[in-house]
Amino acid sequence: MQQAGTEITARTLAVVEEWREAEGPLLPILHGVQEEFGYIPSEALPVIAGALNISRADVHGVVTFYHDFRERPAGRHVLKLCQAESCQSMGSDAVAERVQKLLGIGFNETAKDGSVTLEPVYCLGLCACSPSAMLDGEVIGRLDDDKIDEIVAEVRA
Amino acid sequence: MTVTIYVPRDSGALSLGAEKVAKAIAGEIERRGADARIVRNGSRGLYWLEPMVEVETSEGRVAYGPVNARDVASLFEAGFLTGGAHSLSLGDPENIPFLAKQTRLTFARVGIIDPVSLDDYRAHGGFAGLEKALKLTPADIVSQVTESGLRGRGGAGFPTGIKWKTVLDTPGEQKYIVCNADEGDSGTFSDRMVMEGDPFVLIEGMTIAGVAVGATKGYIYLRSEYPHAQKALNEALTVARQAGILGKSVLGSRHAFDIEVRMGAGAYVCGEETSLLDSLEGKRGQVRAKPPLPAHKGLFGKPTVINNVISLASVPIILEKGATFYKDFGMGRSRGTIPIQIAGNVKHPGLFEAAFGLTLGELVDGIGGGTASGRPVRAVQVGGPLGAYFPRELFDTPFDYEAFAAKDGLIGHAGIVVFDDTVDMLKQARFAMEFCAIESCGKCTPCRVGAVRGVETLDRIARNIEPEKQVALVTDLCNTMKFGSLCALGGFTPYPVMSALTHFPEDFRPQPVKVAAE
Repeated sequence: MQQAGTEITARTLAVVEEWREAEGPLLPILHGVQEEFGYIPSEALPVIAGALNISRADVHGVVTFYHDFRERPAGRHVLKLCQAESCQSMGSDAVAERVQKLLGIGFNETAKDGSVTLEPVYCLGLCACSPSAMLDGEVIGRLDDDKIDEIVAEVRA
Repeated sequence: MTVTIYVPRDSGALSLGAEKVAKAIAGEIERRGADARIVRNGSRGLYWLEPMVEVETSEGRVAYGPVNARDVASLFEAGFLTGGAHSLSLGDPENIPFLAKQTRLTFARVGIIDPVSLDDYRAHGGFAGLEKALKLTPADIVSQVTESGLRGRGGAGFPTGIKWKTVLDTPGEQKYIVCNADEGDSGTFSDRMVMEGDPFVLIEGMTIAGVAVGATKGYIYLRSEYPHAQKALNEALTVARQAGILGKSVLGSRHAFDIEVRMGAGAYVCGEETSLLDSLEGKRGQVRAKPPLPAHKGLFGKPTVINNVISLASVPIILEKGATFYKDFGMGRSRGTIPIQIAGNVKHPGLFEAAFGLTLGELVDGIGGGTASGRPVRAVQVGGPLGAYFPRELFDTPFDYEAFAAKDGLIGHAGIVVFDDTVDMLKQARFAMEFCAIESCGKCTPCRVGAVRGVETLDRIARNIEPEKQVALVTDLCNTMKFGSLCALGGFTPYPVMSALTHFPEDFRPQPVKVAAE
């Protein structure tokens, strides 16, 4: 445990170091830490707080405010389905229902085998290609049954 | 001569397979030993035709779309490198009515040029605005922007020139230009298209703002849902620094200016300017009370211009062609052009830049071509999740800030989401409250608590529990949220809710059959 903690500290400090000269560095640091670990480990909070000379509560407050920051690791794939109005008008409800049924999980859940985390997202700016989704950062427009099957096959592979 | 083939790198086109198309074309070029190169342009904004591929021929550009990777071999067979006929041929893209009917000022280059090529940008009039600005006094630059009548395109519609003048007149050793690129409204994508398709125009607009008010540092606060825009902006910023456009001396002048892209983290409320500033400072994105105005005490307490992407991207052409040129477009107090985004259940979804004044009906039925589903249009939501739902009866409303306000609506960031007759307006009203509850920053009670109570009250209508009482309650609640909230999130959520109630009351009446079926 001690060793794991030391490693998290070292890797977190390396991220902090990149942003030491920047104005308002906390968000970029948190993005960097999440990129490094896949989530924001609780052990990283006091390290960041100490380096920026702010309280641990301040860092915790920021981490929990933003939807993007995870407090535990996600699945190997992250699938975001747009649930905003434009996609609603093109049947995003039915898409969400089908995806949830095929994956056997609901929104904000990770499959038991760790293959995929499913999340709602409120607008990907693909409103002229609704309904839309994002799989591991790749954008997918005009979702239909075929594309859904493809996505499900990919995350299960 | 090397033939140039354009395949968009715009997210919308990518979401429909543009990357595979580009790879297939590259493969075909290689296989045939053709003398051709691929340029990754922005999107023209005709999304029902994406991925739309264009070929530069001796007679001008010829478009093909929507192109699937499996169509590529047959396109080459048909001689598309010389504009050959094919079932996907669209001819000269500029003659497609959706594009031909537009007035593209802010979007003049989007979809045409290589977004990160400085030569392309200059060849299409780029930096003419900045070069003019560098010869003017700061006060003259600001007065050009004021006289153009440009109003904040993010949604609030506040005169851009007045913001700039306040910052210019406020003394400060450090001032900032902040670009609000947290385009979170459903139905909007114009900021994304500019950033992906012509990032230099935003860089130029921000630099002009910096020169005008005496700011040396700019931030683009970009939503994390836009990774492709991030990439395009950072590529363009690197090129601009290398070319001496940004840095210690802007185009050889005495002005220093540089820009940094900062990523948001999935909070809708950070599109509100004061919570955006808090977020940039590394805090929770909570709304600040005003005053003080950001122009007086903005980022890190310093005088700050904070403008939307489209507002800033419209500045170069205003400086280049003059305030009068821009002001001559439009109607009433809505001057210039507005990039309207037609989205949702619509046959021809896309970006339509036009002078203010077209009616909602012309846009939805005429330009948009009605619904994609082929069913009748029942409602359109204009201005994002905080915008009102309009029925067909209001389709004569012209696209104009004041005209929409007069009908208890708003144009916001100019997104239109079309719904067909299968839409359940009670469900849409509930979603508006639910969205507000999810995204509330939590600082003020009307928004934080009101939204949750709103969902509960609308759920009671759905369950047929004393519906008349619930309607009265929700009306009262909306009144409290509208007048008691700190910012537009809680303050404008009543727009979709009350417009749904007012224009579609039948959806809020007891529907025993439907309830039983559920």
